[in-house]
Amino acid sequence: MSQRLLRGPALALCYVVAFWSGFFVMGIELLGGRILAPNFGSSIYVWGALITVFMLALSLGYLAGGRYSLHNPTLSRLGVLLGVAALTALPVLPLAGTPLENLSIHITDPRFGSLSAAVLLFFIPTFFSGMVSPYCVRLLVDAEESSGRRAGQLYFVSTFGSATGTLLTSFYLVLWFEVNTILLAMIVLSLALAVLSLLFNGRRA
Amino acid sequence: MKKFLLLLPLALLLAAPAARAQLVHSEKSLYREVLVYEENGERCMCFTRQCRIGRQSCIFLSDPHRFALNYTRMMLGGMLFTGPAPQRVLIVGLGGGSIPKALREILPQAQIDVAEIDPAVTRVARRFFGFKEDPKMKVIELDGRVYVKRAIRSGVKYDAILLDAFDHEYIPEHLLTREFLAEVKSLLTPQGVVVGNTFSSSKLYDHESTTYADVFGTFFNLKAANRVIVARPAGLPDEASLRARAQEYEKVLSTFGVDAQSVLPMFTTRPDWDVKARVLTDQYSPANLLNH
Repeated sequence: MSQRLLRGPALALCYVVAFWSGFFVMGIELLGGRILAPNFGSSIYVWGALITVFMLALSLGYLAGGRYSLHNPTLSRLGVLLGVAALTALPVLPLAGTPLENLSIHITDPRFGSLSAAVLLFFIPTFFSGMVSPYCVRLLVDAEESSGRRAGQLYFVSTFGSATGTLLTSFYLVLWFEVNTILLAMIVLSLALAVLSLLFNGRRA
Repeated sequence: MKKFLLLLPLALLLAAPAARAQLVHSEKSLYREVLVYEENGERCMCFTRQCRIGRQSCIFLSDPHRFALNYTRMMLGGMLFTGPAPQRVLIVGLGGGSIPKALREILPQAQIDVAEIDPAVTRVARRFFGFKEDPKMKVIELDGRVYVKRAIRSGVKYDAILLDAFDHEYIPEHLLTREFLAEVKSLLTPQGVVVGNTFSSSKLYDHESTTYADVFGTFFNLKAANRVIVARPAGLPDEASLRARAQEYEKVLSTFGVDAQSVLPMFTTRPDWDVKARVLTDQYSPANLLNH
């Protein structure tokens, strides 16, 4: 088993990234309901489609993240994953207008319409968000016997982040800000954390 | 004594409280439980046990023709007294179907379309509230917003649009935004009328008022336990023409137990809300959080 890859603040940053990634995913999922509603309504199908796409993208992201961690895992590469997830969420803003309306005209079935819309808008950023957690595990694990404990801590932090993102977005953020403002702020925060990860990695080397 | 205390919770569970509404029917749908209760000669459709959070629709068992809920007379009066007799009417939200049923009788020539998202509501309205579809009255099983967008694209226009899709427990937030109301407005004929059954209390009152005002300008604000907004892009009629139309419908409305004259004093345009309240939009629509 190799030496632990991170220590001190870099180690803490890894947890922060996992927390934030969990927050980001659920924040976007909840805003997704509002983004789809004008064209697809708020029926149970819309929520079913959204949750399906997020779960599917996360599950494939986990696979890819684990695989990506096999080759020279570094904190800066973790930052890149977070940054890519944020940047691929940016097209949600322009796509939410006319393109979604056109999609709803072409696919009139409420189930497959909202499913296609959710794939178009949210699959790619959620896939990259899903890569974050397994990649973090690789950075945190220093010995075979503590690997389960580290993985447990990471699940805790990232799922706790998801819970926080769900609660804050649905109870407070939508009461204070516009949907696009919240989305942009989350993207900016992700990018800031990504840059921070790149900087920390540089310092360690 | 101790034994008695132990038995008390059991007794509470088993003893039926006096004067409870009797559950006649319950049906689970994708969205909720649709319940039918009977009490004091009334039958009501509710979405919560014992109708704890409001009643969707009620009829008198002895005279199903008469209106049992106050807001129905406000909506009908608001619509009939404000514009010329409608030829085509859209109703968003069916409930027990009291309003479409009445309109079918009052305006026998009119085409009535109802957008109702929940097929269980439609089933219960048919089975327990005497709602019947026919070639002039049909239910479309769709989200109200999705239907309005489709209707705009298909080029159909309505002389009257009644928005009745809210209950006290949950508001479909995409049906209470500036963008939605603008879509509704564009679906109207030049003389068309919009009637919205909304909320008379909570912070939402202010936001909802400024949102309607933003899209329609001045509107009639009919207030009782519920609040009914009546808006008309072509402009609101004066008192004389309101009174003339009320007289015209007086006889037919009386068969539903509605005194047309009693609705007239409710028409007011005076703003009694915070005119600075933020307008609700697709980007900012925390209607449920504001409705406390």
